[in-house]
Formats: sequence, structure tokens, C-alpha cells
Amino acid sequence: MVSFKDLPEEELFLAGSTACQGCPSSLALRMAFKALGKDTILLVVASCTSVLQGSYPLSAINLPLMNVAFATGGASASGVSAAVKALVKRGELAEEPNVLVWAGDGGTYDIGIQSLSGAAERETDFIYVCYNNEMYSNTGTQRSGATPLGAWTTTTPGGKAQHRKDIAQIMIAHRIPYVATVSLAYPLDFYQKMLKAKEIRGTKYIEMLAPCPPGWKFPSAQMIAVSRMAVQSGMWLLYEHEDGETRFTAATKRILEGKVKKRPVKDYLEIQGRFRQILSSPEGQQAEDMLEKEVSESIRRLQGWVPEYI
Amino acid sequence: MRVLESGNHLIALAANVAGVEVVPAYPITPQTQVIEMIADLIAEGKMDAEYIPVESEHSACAALVSASLTGVRAFSATSAHGLAYMHEMLHYAAGIRVPVVMVNVNRALGPGWNIWCDHQDSISQRDTGWLQVYVASHQEAVDTVIQAYRITEDHRVLMPLMLNMDAFVLSHTYMDADVPGREEVEAYLPPYRPLWKLDPRLPMTHGSVVYPVDFSETRQSMQIGQDNARQVVYEAADEFMRAFGRRHGDMVDGYKLEDAEHLIVAMGSLAAESRVAVDEMRAAGRAVGLLRVRFFRPFPIDELRSLCSGRSGLMVIDRDFSYGMEGALFSEVKAALYGHADVPSTNLIVGLGGRDVTYEQIREAADRAFRGEADEVTWGDSHITKAHEITREMLAEFDKLLSP
Ligand SMILES: Cc1ncc(C[n+]2csc(CCOP(=O)(O)OP(=O)(O)O)c2C)c(N)n1
Ligand code: SF4
Ligand SMILES: [Mg+2]
Repeated sequence: MVSFKDLPEEELFLAGSTACQGCPSSLALRMAFKALGKDTILLVVASCTSVLQGSYPLSAINLPLMNVAFATGGASASGVSAAVKALVKRGELAEEPNVLVWAGDGGTYDIGIQSLSGAAERETDFIYVCYNNEMYSNTGTQRSGATPLGAWTTTTPGGKAQHRKDIAQIMIAHRIPYVATVSLAYPLDFYQKMLKAKEIRGTKYIEMLAPCPPGWKFPSAQMIAVSRMAVQSGMWLLYEHEDGETRFTAATKRILEGKVKKRPVKDYLEIQGRFRQILSSPEGQQAEDMLEKEVSESIRRLQGWVPEYI
Repeated sequence: MRVLESGNHLIALAANVAGVEVVPAYPITPQTQVIEMIADLIAEGKMDAEYIPVESEHSACAALVSASLTGVRAFSATSAHGLAYMHEMLHYAAGIRVPVVMVNVNRALGPGWNIWCDHQDSISQRDTGWLQVYVASHQEAVDTVIQAYRITEDHRVLMPLMLNMDAFVLSHTYMDADVPGREEVEAYLPPYRPLWKLDPRLPMTHGSVVYPVDFSETRQSMQIGQDNARQVVYEAADEFMRAFGRRHGDMVDGYKLEDAEHLIVAMGSLAAESRVAVDEMRAAGRAVGLLRVRFFRPFPIDELRSLCSGRSGLMVIDRDFSYGMEGALFSEVKAALYGHADVPSTNLIVGLGGRDVTYEQIREAADRAFRGEADEVTWGDSHITKAHEITREMLAEFDKLLSP
């Protein structure tokens, strides 16, 4: 077990970022960099993170960093991964640095899924982190394939009518060696999963729920509390998938072992503003029930539940 | 080493001797044989490179750019819809200043689906910042792949290069050509030395947000790279000549220019066909010459001004069309000459979607043009009838169908 004392002191995410207060992506970058260290090449997919790193000629990120086009996370990693192999062969690099892609949910679930899927199928050696704030925040809060049912965005003014998709399961279906979900409210679990990903060869997919204060409409000081409630309510499940096995971790594990009681989804919906409309509408109860059902189905699927129709 | 190979295979062999290290690619007719051969060479241990079988051309270009920025020599090949699909990434490659080389086997863009040759694909990418060269023979294709890295990797240039080669006419025909050995090429083209790259030993941020206060400078510096390439193209050709004893023309390639009153201006294999037309017209006593535009970007402005001034007329052949205007090469030539050389010019549009263009056709069109009898723009081999157009009568029929 690692403890906070084990985290390296060196900061590769420097002061001067232009992120909003309480930005989940910046905190997660800091955490990820501590786990991966200096010998890392970072590819940032078009998103809030392209902006929050600071603008030319300054940068708050002290790693070799390339900002890549919106649809190209997986492909850009493939290029870097092939190139570092060639450089090692040529003797210019002693060993291959970590290749880390950092993308939002838009760049992962929607426009970037083809490129990510291709890279995973080619068994490209890299870590892909999706910080999922369940919307396009950089362009001003539009819906994405990760936006949950009922959530307000500027393009779902009455609340989203469809469920989000489960992309971590899609990545598991690629038979990659490591898939994990993480939360900022459980930083040591996050840190450990990053350390693990670093040691495994092949494609590693890590997804973090990223509650975004301005987009989800809650005070910035509540970012960790909202992250925690997402896990406690089951709306964000913490697990890792390796060698064909899924293992629940941290609070999700405790809930499923019956050590802690799961909070109702409603508690999670109520501490943020984006579900206000749907909750106060006649469809409010139905949306809540549907989300509660989504949670139990997700858990059962992760536990190896096979639907009856198979 | 002399080999008898198709244009596509020669490109693959040239990429190998050029010391290419990473090749991300996606298949499309008529480019497929390039990447199949590269995959084979690697599998047989004859080529020391990483092949990335990407899932789309957008990804091919993304990986091309990121591999190059990591500090290796990267190569790809595509055509038509593949090139169009890369459009965003073509801008990316130029904007982030990576010296990559990509072969585009010139093919028509659908619909209707058409796998045959024209220049619409690369012409449509005119403003992406890529250097564009159009070759006219198999040997030129080989030599230009090798020279291309000398040009792009020169620290005065650092702009990507697109080598355009006509589909089928060059890509699928077999020719005897010389492919120099890897060592000889290495003496001419030393290993890639990047000016900047993604390196944990010297962390730098690439491609970040640039505000209006700095943006124009980044764009003008791209133009400086393009402008510098004019000089570097000649240097690369001179040194290639010294090393291998061959030269293919530089920014432009002239044929029987000295005393020519009229010039045919063309690119790619149609320029090779035009040589025969020029010979025939010369035999008939007409002082005609040929100016083959090799580099379309940077555009050979000075060369055209000096070589066209004082002539009695030009006929510019385009195997492309800028809809709502005219052939793209025609516009460019006129723009270069405007205010410098006042030469009457006409435009011949031929060979779209692989329609065969013979030297007789070129000769006849040129005869007409140089007698002053051609329209400003002539669709030289199109025989459009009313049936090809959506006529007003047909629209009326649809109208009846759609309105109850
Ligand atoms: C091809 C393309 N289309 C659209 C955009 C505009 N765009 C930039 S970031 C973004 C949304 C990003 O959303 P996400 O990936 O969820 O990251 P977030 O902004 O939420 O951090 C969009 C639509 C773009 N950069 N490129
Ligand atoms: S909008 Fe959200 S994700 Fe974007 S910088 Fe602000 S807090 Fe971070
Ligand atoms: Mg997002």
C-alpha cells in the first residue's frame, strides 16, 4: 500500500496554469505526473487541457508535450511509440519513455474513439487517460456521448434524453492488458493504478470522472465532495480490469462488500446544478429511477452478469 | 542498382534507401503497392523501420506528424480521398513544422467513384503549407523521394513535402530505373537532425494556444520556410547531380525553350506527353516549347517571370478544376506573371478522372490556342450534352414528383 508520504515531491505540473478554480483535470495531471515521472512524453488532445496548460510562449507543464488534434489521441500515441522504438534501436534513447495521452470525454467517446480503438487493437504501448467531465467544457458545455441521462448542457437544454455509453467496457472488449477507473476523491487508488499502468506493456486505458465546477454548476470548493458522492452513489464505479478479471477497488469495493451503504443516486444529482431542471420536471422521478437502474446494471455487468437473452 | 519496377514499388525502394524510420499508412487505390512493398521489405528484414497499420488516413497523418516530432524520419503515402481525409492533419504537419515526406498518387475525387488520374486531390490541398512537387517519370520519382528529405529537413525549410505522382500512368507502369544504395544515399542525405523535438531531456511544449498577438508571426515564418525552399531545392538538385549524375529540373523543367514563341505549361505526366506534341509542332516549323512546373509550392514565380516574358502566348494545361473559376495552374501562372510579363494565355482542361490524353490532342489544342482561336478556358476532352446536365426540364419533373 502506498501512502501520501510515498508521493514524489517533484512537481512537473508547475504554477501558472490558466485552469478554473477546482479544475479536476489539473489536479489529475499533477497526480499522474507524480506517478509517471519525468521520463514521459505527453500528448494533449484538444480540450480544456490544451488551454489550461498556459499559452505560448509559456507552459505550466514541465514535460515534452505535443498538443494534438481532437480526433488523434490514439494515432498520435502510435506515432510517438513507434518513433521511440526507433530511437532506442538507433541507440539515441536508453529506454522508451512513457507515452501518455490526456484527453477529455469528447476526444475519447466521440470524435477520438476510432483512433483510440485503432491504437488499442494495434497493441500500441501507451497510457491513455480520459478525464471525463461528461461534456465538452472547452467549447462551453455541450453534450457528449458521456453526458448522463437527464443532465443539462447547452445542447440538451431540457436534460439529455439518452444514457451515456460505457467506454471502459468498450476498451475491455479490445482485450488490452489494463483498464481502470479512478476518482480524485480516492487519490491513492488513482496513484496506484497509474503506477501499475506504467509497468505494463501495451495499451492501458484509465478513465477518471472529472466533476467540472462551472459545467456542472457547483461551487469549486466542492469538486472533491462531488467526486466522492459520484462513487458513493454508484454513478462512478471504481475498478480495474486485468487478465480477464474485474476487481472493484476503494469505496466501490467497500459498498459491494456491504461494508458501506450505497448512497441513493438522488444525493449525487442534488449536489450539482445540471440535474436541477430534470429533477423539478414531471420526468424527474423517472430519470432518477432510470439512472438508479443504469447503476445496478453496470455493477451486475462488471460482476460478470450475463443478460438473459444470450 | 538498376531495377525494373512499377512507380509505386520504386517509391517504396526509394523510401527505404532514404533511411525512413517510421511509416504510418492506410491503403487506397492506386497507392496500395507502395505500402504493401514497405510492409514486405520490413517483414523480410530488408528495411529497418516501424510500420504502423493505422485505421484511417487522418490517423496516418497524425502518426506521421507525432513520429517526426519525436525525432525520426517519417514517411507515408496516400491518394485522393485519403489525402482529403487528412486535410486537418496536413495543416497540423505544416503548422507544427515537421519535415515529413508523403507521396500522393494523384487520383480523382468522387463522387462518382473514380480511381484514375487527375490532380484534383493535391490541388485541393494547395493552401495547407506543404511543399508540392509533381514528377513526370519513374526515375524522377525515385530521385525526388531522396532529395525531398534534404529539402524538408534543412533547418531553413522545416516544412512537409508532398510528392505527387500520376496514378497508373506512373504508379502502375513498369520502368527501368536506378535506385542508389543505402550507403551512397546516406552520404548525400545524413541522418535526420531535428531542430526541436519531444524529448524528456529537454521538455518543451509544442502546438499550444497562440493568441492573436503572436499568431501572424507563426504563419509568416511558415512562408519564410517555403521561400527558403526555393534556394534549397536548387542546392539539393546540385548536390544530387554531383553525387549521382542525374538532374530532373529544379523548380521547373524546360524543353526547347530558347527560341520558342509559344509555350505549353503543364505538370506531371501530361508534361511528358506534351514533349511529343512540341516535337511534332517543331517538325511542322512552329517555335513551340514546354515549361513543366515541378514545384507547385513554393510556386516558381521568378522562373515563370523570366522564362515566359517576351513569348507570344501560353497554353496552360490543367488536370484539375477550381469550380467557379478555371484550372488552378492557369490562375497561378497568370498571378505570377501579372505586372511582370504580359503574355496572352489560355487554359486547357483535360484528362480528368484518368481520361487518356494523347500528344495529338495536345498538339491540336495548342495549334488552336497559338493561332488565337481558343477560348480562355477550354474543356478539351469533355463532350457535354444536355443529357449530362440537370436541365430545367428535369428539375420540373422532380418538382412534379415531390409536390402532390
Ligand atoms: C475537429 C475538431 N472539431 C471541433 C473542435 C472544437 N473543440 C475543441 S475542444 C472541444 C470539446 C472538448 O471536449 P472534451 O474532449 O470533453 O474535453 P473538455 O473540453 O471537456 O475538457 C471541441 C468540440 C476541434 N478542436 N476540432
Ligand atoms: S471548465 Fe472544467 S475542465 Fe475546463 S478548465 Fe474549467 S474546471 Fe477544468
Ligand atoms: Mg469533457
